Amino acid sequence: MEMAPSISPAKVFFALLSRDARVTRRELPFFLIRTTMQPLMFIVVFGFLLPKMGFLGAQYKATLLPGILGISLTMSAIQSVALPMMQDFGWTNEIEDRLLAPIPIPLIAIEKIVVGTIQGVIAGLFVLPIARVIMGPIPGLTLTHIGETVGIALLGSATFSAIGLFMGTAIKPQQIGFMFSLIIAPMLFFGCAYYPWRGLDVVPVMKYAVLINPLVYVAEGLRGVLTPAAPHMPLPVVVTVLTGMLLIVGWLGVRSFLKRALK
Amino acid sequence: MPNAIETRALRKVYAAPRDKRKKRGGASPGDEPRASAGDVVALESLDLDVHEGELFGMIGPNGAGKTTTIGILTTRVRPTSGTATVAGADVRANAVEVRRRIGVVPQRPNPDRSLNAIENLVFHAAYFGIPRKQATRRALELLEKMEIGSKAEAKVDEMSGGQQQRLMIARALIHEPQIIFLDEPTGGLDPHARQSLWRILRDLRAEGRTIVMTTHYMEEADQLSDRIALVDRGRLLALDTPANLKARTPDGSLDTFFMSIAGRGLD
Repeated sequence: MEMAPSISPAKVFFALLSRDARVTRRELPFFLIRTTMQPLMFIVVFGFLLPKMGFLGAQYKATLLPGILGISLTMSAIQSVALPMMQDFGWTNEIEDRLLAPIPIPLIAIEKIVVGTIQGVIAGLFVLPIARVIMGPIPGLTLTHIGETVGIALLGSATFSAIGLFMGTAIKPQQIGFMFSLIIAPMLFFGCAYYPWRGLDVVPVMKYAVLINPLVYVAEGLRGVLTPAAPHMPLPVVVTVLTGMLLIVGWLGVRSFLKRALK
Repeated sequence: MPNAIETRALRKVYAAPRDKRKKRGGASPGDEPRASAGDVVALESLDLDVHEGELFGMIGPNGAGKTTTIGILTTRVRPTSGTATVAGADVRANAVEVRRRIGVVPQRPNPDRSLNAIENLVFHAAYFGIPRKQATRRALELLEKMEIGSKAEAKVDEMSGGQQQRLMIARALIHEPQIIFLDEPTGGLDPHARQSLWRILRDLRAEGRTIVMTTHYMEEADQLSDRIALVDRGRLLALDTPANLKARTPDGSLDTFFMSIAGRGLD
C-alpha cells in the first residue's frame, strides 16, 4: 500500500486556499451582489440623488466614497467568514474534511482569515469604479496612492475577516439576527463611513466612543489615500491601530475556532 | 501481531455548560481529574489494543462512549487523561502525524457541499499532498468501486443518503490511510445499501487495512469483525472474537451475552 507522502503545512495551507478559491470563483456574482448591493444603493441616494437635488454639496462625495469602500469590504469580509463558519459548525459539519487534514488546526483558522481578507478586498475594488461612475466627478479623488489604498484595504479586511471568524464560531446560529442588529448595524453607522471623524468634534463624547470601532480607521485611512485633501486621521495612526486590532481579534478568532474544532 | 492502535487508561469528561456548572469549594486532592456536578463522563478508563490488519468492531448502546473513542483516536476530541497511540503516533503530541495516517467515515455524511462528488475527493487528496493528476485517477477508480462512478460530476445534494455515505468512504480512502475509522456507518441505510457497504468493508479488510467500526447492530459486528469490543458507560466490558464471545453464553447469542455483562440491552 502506497502511503500519502509527507507534506509540509505550507502545502496543505495552499491546498485549503485553492479549495476556497475554487468555491469563491464559482460564487463570485452572488457574493458580489450579496455584499455590495446595499453600499451601492447608498451611493445612488447619497452620492447621486441628494447632491443632484441640492441637499448635499459635491464635497460630500469625497467624504462618502472612501467610507462606502470601507463598508463594502467590512460587510464582505465579515460575511464571507462568519456565515460559512456558522453553517459548518452549527449543523452541516462540512468543515470536517479540512479538520482531518494533516495541518495544525490554528492554520486552518488562519486560512479562513486569509480567504475573507481577499474577498473583502475584491468587494472594495469592485465598488470603487462603480461608485465613481454613479457619483460623477469627485473633488480631490486621486489614484496616485493605489499601493497604499490596497494596503489599507488589506489591513482592514483582515481585521474584519478575523472579527467574522470570531463571530461565526462564538455566536450561536439562532443569534444571527441579534448579531446583525446589535453589533454590525451600529458598527456601520458609527464607523465614520458616512461622515469624517473630524466632524464628530461637534459631539465630543461620540468622537471618542467610536474609537473602539475598527471601521473608523479603515474609512479614515481610505480617505487619507483616496481623497487626501479631505480631513482624515494620520496614516501612521490608522496603520498602528488596525494592526493592533488585527492581532487581538485574530487571536480571539483562532481561539474560538479551536474551541469549536476540538471538543 | 503489532498494534495499530493502543489506548491506556483513556478517560474523557465533558465539562458541563458554564451556566449549569455548580460552584465548588477548593479542589480536593487526588490523582484523577475529578468530575464536577453536571459534567458527563463519556469514557471512564479505556484500554484497547487494535491489531494491524484486523476489522475491529466496537459495540454498545447509545452513550456507551463509542463516538467519543473514535473522536479521540481521530484527534477531534481531546482526552481528559490517559494515552492513545494511532499508527505509532500519539494523538495529543502528534495529532498531525495521526491525521496523515488515518481515514474517517463520519456518523452522518458531511461532504463539502460547495464541491461536486469528484472535487470532494480530489481536494481532500490535495490536503494530503497527492498531486491532482494522480488524485483524479484514484478518485475515478474509487467512485467506480463504490458504485457511484456515474455521479462523479454530480452535486452532492443530488446524491441519495447511501450514495453520499459511499462518497464519504471514498474520501476516507483517497489518501491511502493505514487505518480507517467508521462511526456507525450503516445507521441510516436501507438493507440493500447496508449489504453493499458490508461487501465494501470485507474488500477493504482483504486488502490488509486496519478497520475500526462502531455499530449498535449486534449482527453487523458478528458478521464483519475479527474481534469485538463490548463497551458500556465508558468502560470495556469484554474483548474477543465473535465465536469466543458467543461461546460464553448457553444460547450462543451475542445479545444475551451483552445483556448478562452490561445489565441492559443494546437499545
